[in-house]
Amino acid sequence: MLPWLSKTAGNATSRHIYGRNVRDAVEAARKQIAECVGVQASQVVFTSGGTEANNFAVKGITANLTPTQILVSAIEHPCVSRPAQSLAWHDWQVQSIKTNAQGVIDLADAEEKLNTRTGLVSVMLANNETGAIQPIAELAALTRYKGALLHTDAVQAFGKLAVNFETLGVHAMTISSHKIGGPVGVGALILDKRVDIGPLLHGGGQERGLRSGTENVAGIVGFAEACKLATETLKTRSLAQTKLRNGLEVGLQGLDAVIFGQQAERLPNTSFFAIPNIEGETLVTALDKAGYAVASGSACSSDSTEPSHVLLAMGVDSDLARSAIRVSLGESNSESEVQGFLKALQQEVKRLKGLNAVAA
Amino acid sequence: MSDRKPIYLDYSATTPVDPRVAQKMIPFLTEDYGNPASRSHPYGWTAEKAVENAREEVAKLVNADPREIVWTSGATESNNLAIKGAAHFYAEGKGKHIITAATEHKAVLDTVRELEREGYEATYLQPEADGLIAIEKFKAAIRPDTVLASIMLVNNEIGVIQDIEALGNVCRANNVIFHVDAAQATGKVVIDLEKLPVDLMSFSAHKTYGPKGIGALYVRRKPRIRIEAQMHGGGHERGMRSGTLATHQIAGMGEAFRIAREEMASENERIRMLRDRLLHGLLDIEETYVNGDLDHRVPHNLNVSFNFVEGESLIMAIKGIAVSSGSACTSASLEPSYVLRALGRSDELAHSSIRFSIGRFTTEADVDYTIDLLKSKIDKLRELSPLWEMFKDGIDLSKVEWAEH
Repeated sequence: MLPWLSKTAGNATSRHIYGRNVRDAVEAARKQIAECVGVQASQVVFTSGGTEANNFAVKGITANLTPTQILVSAIEHPCVSRPAQSLAWHDWQVQSIKTNAQGVIDLADAEEKLNTRTGLVSVMLANNETGAIQPIAELAALTRYKGALLHTDAVQAFGKLAVNFETLGVHAMTISSHKIGGPVGVGALILDKRVDIGPLLHGGGQERGLRSGTENVAGIVGFAEACKLATETLKTRSLAQTKLRNGLEVGLQGLDAVIFGQQAERLPNTSFFAIPNIEGETLVTALDKAGYAVASGSACSSDSTEPSHVLLAMGVDSDLARSAIRVSLGESNSESEVQGFLKALQQEVKRLKGLNAVAA
Repeated sequence: MSDRKPIYLDYSATTPVDPRVAQKMIPFLTEDYGNPASRSHPYGWTAEKAVENAREEVAKLVNADPREIVWTSGATESNNLAIKGAAHFYAEGKGKHIITAATEHKAVLDTVRELEREGYEATYLQPEADGLIAIEKFKAAIRPDTVLASIMLVNNEIGVIQDIEALGNVCRANNVIFHVDAAQATGKVVIDLEKLPVDLMSFSAHKTYGPKGIGALYVRRKPRIRIEAQMHGGGHERGMRSGTLATHQIAGMGEAFRIAREEMASENERIRMLRDRLLHGLLDIEETYVNGDLDHRVPHNLNVSFNFVEGESLIMAIKGIAVSSGSACTSASLEPSYVLRALGRSDELAHSSIRFSIGRFTTEADVDYTIDLLKSKIDKLRELSPLWEMFKDGIDLSKVEWAEH
């Protein structure tokens, strides 16, 4: 990225050498990202991130359809569910697909709600809180049968699972750079060429008119490099993280933790759990003091005190949901860090339970 | 031509990132990579602090309150958000008529066209021959159902500065929301939003030595202006614009705007000297016309038409400098500039125009080289032109009746 942040000027649409150099870099990046998800370069539309790509998919695809029905799962990120809900103003009927207790969508429910009037279905590939992987290829078979288009938000899954657009059988897929070790502020929507999508941003006509705005060249180049690295190291990382996570969860069970979605097929790096009767927010703060940065929910909603909508959709009661903590492991984490974390957790749980007992 | 890179005179398309800006950004890419929305750990706090410092720097450059600054992915998004967001929010109470100028950036024009498809009506004001919007014409365009007007502060092709204060006063008097695209203005003209009657203003980082892919929208608090969000999600930026904040990008924009605020006065003087040098050098060439008013104009821009020279051949002939024949966004097309056409320039003159834009790293030697290059190449091209020959023979070309083939 750094050369593109230094004095290398150039607007990718300019015709002189500065512009051409930038354009070449953007196109090379597009090709690299396309290869990582098994599509052609022309199917990649760059955006400012996952949020924009999801808004673009939901609003852009429905903009060119006659208002009918849109189906989204109950565990979608707000940047899918809120644009979907906003379609209700434009005469769309918005319906939700249920999940089971493990946080996996209920295909039977999807099949029941799908009909020939379904325009678009959007279900994420892996959930950002539980890490539960959703049966997208199976869902694709159902939607294809009904003639509906299918979008998947693969932001959390990409870089942690092998993601192939064709194998999934979807029409549109969102990926983001900063969840795979690339810079924040860049993402992409991968599109089946047959999908007729309208732009979210109007202007200079960049990205073949689908996304106007001067290309964020440093971000795009960084995104492509991150894709390449993530794809190359996928297997080894996956094995190492599964081992760490399993070690973590053995320890957690010793602390009477409830682990959410444990029976589901999950991303290797995520563990979402609760220690009953201990507020998640309190525990997160205490663990931070002990040197461990974890979250009580997803980052974008971690300043709200509402319990996780994902857990509520899984039928978890709201008291237990308020105790939830998410640990997401990265490449730099080690076995000893996991053991250290468990020790700190054990101490904090003991201390907080003591306080609870005094209060009671 | 030698192997060296051409001289960059296309600062209006994009500026290089100032090395000081890049230095400010790098730590956020490597060490301080937290998500500013993570409230529970120091990674998040460091990022949040950087974002808020940058917000303050952006606000300071335009004399606004930091709470009036909303981060976006760039001026295109800011323009889309301002125009669609305000139009959607206020249409019900006010109406569905929008006023803009024919010389606006595509990000404004295409957004207004999109609203027309949604059932809004639009008036596209034609500027005067100097590129400026006449206040009387603007006033006359206002209707009872006018909800919004959008006029840019500095034009991207000809650099003219519109009288935003006068236009804004007309809007205030008629209860019309006023949006101003200031992407080309930051660091070039003083912007005081405490005084200017402007409701919404778009900014870009990469036209002011910051990174590409980041911008901001000013949304006035007093009186409070409301906009409908165009991107929904985590509810970032007080619900006006969702999406994880790109801390490194934001820190870069803050630093770029800080530098602009501190160095603008001296930098503009230096650039004005260079521009005048370039202007005088080019006006030595016969049949050369400056496009747009020279007084109400940023010194960074010089847009010139060379009569009796075919624009494409000229661009090909002056590969030693990097300039554009229109704005960057439309330079891939061979259409003559719609901005120059709106000024009433003939197709021929619009076709033979070059935009020179000068910036922080332009030197006197660059300017002198450019003048010499233009003089010699235009001489050569005109030698080949039968029209030039006729003109030199004193034939009035406008009276020639051309035979059809």
